[in-house]
Amino acid sequence: MPRVGLFVPCYVDQLYPQVAMATLELLERYGCEVEFPPAQTCCGQPMANTGCTDDAKPLAEKFLSIFKDYEYVVCPSGSCTAMVTHHYEELLHGNADYEALRKKTFELCEFLVDVLKIEKVEGSFPYKVGLHNSCHGLRELRLGSGSERMVPAFNKAGQLLSGLEGIELVSLKRPDECCGFGGTFAVAEEAVSCMMGLDRIHDHEQAGAEVMTAGDMSCLMHMYGLIHRQKKPIQVMHVAEILAGRQPS
Amino acid sequence: MSSTATAHHEHPENATLFVANDSRAHWHDQSLWFVRSKRDKAAATLPEWEELRVRASQIKQHTMSRLADHLEEFERNATKLGAVVHWARTPAEHNEIVLSIIQKHAGKKIVKSKSMLTEECHLNPYLERHGIEVTDTDLGEWIVQLLGQPPSHIVMPAIHIKREEIGELFHKHIGTDKGATDPPYLVNAARGELRRKFLEADIGITGVNFAIAGTGGFVVCTNEGNADLGVSLPKIHIACMGIEKLIPRAADLGVFLRLLARSATGQPITTYSSHFHGPREGGELHIILVDDGRSDILGSPEFRRSLNCIRCGACMNTCPVYRRSGGHSYETTVPGPIGSILAPSRDAKTHKSLPFACSLCGSCSDVCPVKIDLHTQLLTWRREIAVRGLLPWSKRFSMKLGRVVLGNTWLFTTAGRVGRWVFPLLPRFLVYNRLNPWGKQRELPPMPKQSFRELYRQRKRP
Repeated sequence: MPRVGLFVPCYVDQLYPQVAMATLELLERYGCEVEFPPAQTCCGQPMANTGCTDDAKPLAEKFLSIFKDYEYVVCPSGSCTAMVTHHYEELLHGNADYEALRKKTFELCEFLVDVLKIEKVEGSFPYKVGLHNSCHGLRELRLGSGSERMVPAFNKAGQLLSGLEGIELVSLKRPDECCGFGGTFAVAEEAVSCMMGLDRIHDHEQAGAEVMTAGDMSCLMHMYGLIHRQKKPIQVMHVAEILAGRQPS
Repeated sequence: MSSTATAHHEHPENATLFVANDSRAHWHDQSLWFVRSKRDKAAATLPEWEELRVRASQIKQHTMSRLADHLEEFERNATKLGAVVHWARTPAEHNEIVLSIIQKHAGKKIVKSKSMLTEECHLNPYLERHGIEVTDTDLGEWIVQLLGQPPSHIVMPAIHIKREEIGELFHKHIGTDKGATDPPYLVNAARGELRRKFLEADIGITGVNFAIAGTGGFVVCTNEGNADLGVSLPKIHIACMGIEKLIPRAADLGVFLRLLARSATGQPITTYSSHFHGPREGGELHIILVDDGRSDILGSPEFRRSLNCIRCGACMNTCPVYRRSGGHSYETTVPGPIGSILAPSRDAKTHKSLPFACSLCGSCSDVCPVKIDLHTQLLTWRREIAVRGLLPWSKRFSMKLGRVVLGNTWLFTTAGRVGRWVFPLLPRFLVYNRLNPWGKQRELPPMPKQSFRELYRQRKRP
């Protein structure tokens, strides 16, 4: 039975508890022994992406001390996972514990597909769904092939979702354009960020999606904000929620 | 940018203005996305695309690791072919060399094919101040020259200008019919006018796409043949190049020519890939090698790979921010992702907002034909800007505060609990006002009663 430390992004813990709960249930469904270490807070990505390495470092150290003893660390966010696997190197350079942590930290869909070797998720989701490929998951963790690279096509979240009964994954005009969240970018470049978000929503709407899903709640938080302000009918749900059997409200 | 000092604006300010014209911003976004899509189709025709990118990146990294040797080899071989090689450390030195060659031949009229380097050096206004007429002969560049603007894109300099505006411009400058917008008609009119410029020119200036150390020759790629005309009619040819334009061997050229046009415009190859080996009979060939800060970039391991750049513009076409903010919003000669790395290397203080004009989506790094780790370098630049104390106060303060709150589990959970409790109670104007850029166009997420950690605790003890 894999022993998993559940790494919940700080804003998911506080604002989207249902996403973390769905992740927990999903991992347990596949036989993992899951523990949420309550000392965890934030991986430090907001500081690191603003250039404030000194402010990110203590958070990286804290994270390492909390999670280093688990067999696996699993997180329902490509972006926060990539922070640990791709960007902690700079903060924790040469730390042997970090080397081990890097290898055992996974984004949720990646963990389900690559480690647990799940081929088909049981359940039903009879809706038209647009999959938004969150950037860090796509281009840093390589959870999908990406439209820029000329490599055989694959998509780990798409693969899992397509196994659900009744689901129809719609095709988008721009399969993997950024939604414009980008952390502090969302406020520092508010105009471009919102235009990007609205464009992404329109693409899902024109494709007939009833639900937009993504591996990162941050993208969905940004797009939900725009959707809700404009009172659009399209809904947002995290991939974990759909895979765990939740239905749109 | 023109060399006349204009007020500098941070990127978000310029971008906000660009986005405010919603239909134009969408038109710009879609024009460039169309080019990106063409690139995807062209790249997909080569099964070895990813291997070519690796090869190109390795060749460039090798070249950069021995740049001084390769440059001297190039100089020796170019000299053997009869060219005169000049070295310029700064844009000022470059411009003086160009002027001295022109004056030596009593030149008055210059035709110039596209060269981002001469834009970087602000050569046109410099020569004009010395009474010399310069005509940019690339159609797009001629259009922006007539408009008195800098290019907004390195491959498609006038991509931000609509057909109707070109019709108006040509009507004013070359007397085309008022209201004419038919592209063949306008192009023919431009061709007629530019032919006259070619015939009158004393000297032709070109850029350089690839200079080959092993042969001393170089290659200029155009779609309009304007570089060829510009150096076939006048007897004097001045070729201006940044020192990073070098490749070691002629055999390496195929790798880059196959990548360049496909990445830039989705063409299999540029219409003209002209090779120059020494001066034409009875003529002179001058090659000016320009540093302008490139040696400094070469000396910094984190940013060295930005010198791999072959100026295809693919990172601009794919950048969701560039497409929605326009090239001019960067206020640099080279805009977009690569420009946001190169510009702070020269002047971090002026260009400090550029590495943040990026959502870190990483599309640029994956589209780059020479595999520059663009988004990683942009992130590294953010750190540099913080280290140099150039971050705005608000960012510095919020990150320090974040470190304290997020660094302490009790503070974090308490802040979260208080926030989730207080926010829904506040009157709307206290949450959604001008101090909250998030809320200008977006609602905040619904505030749940309990956090995950609270639910988790309860779940464990049913």
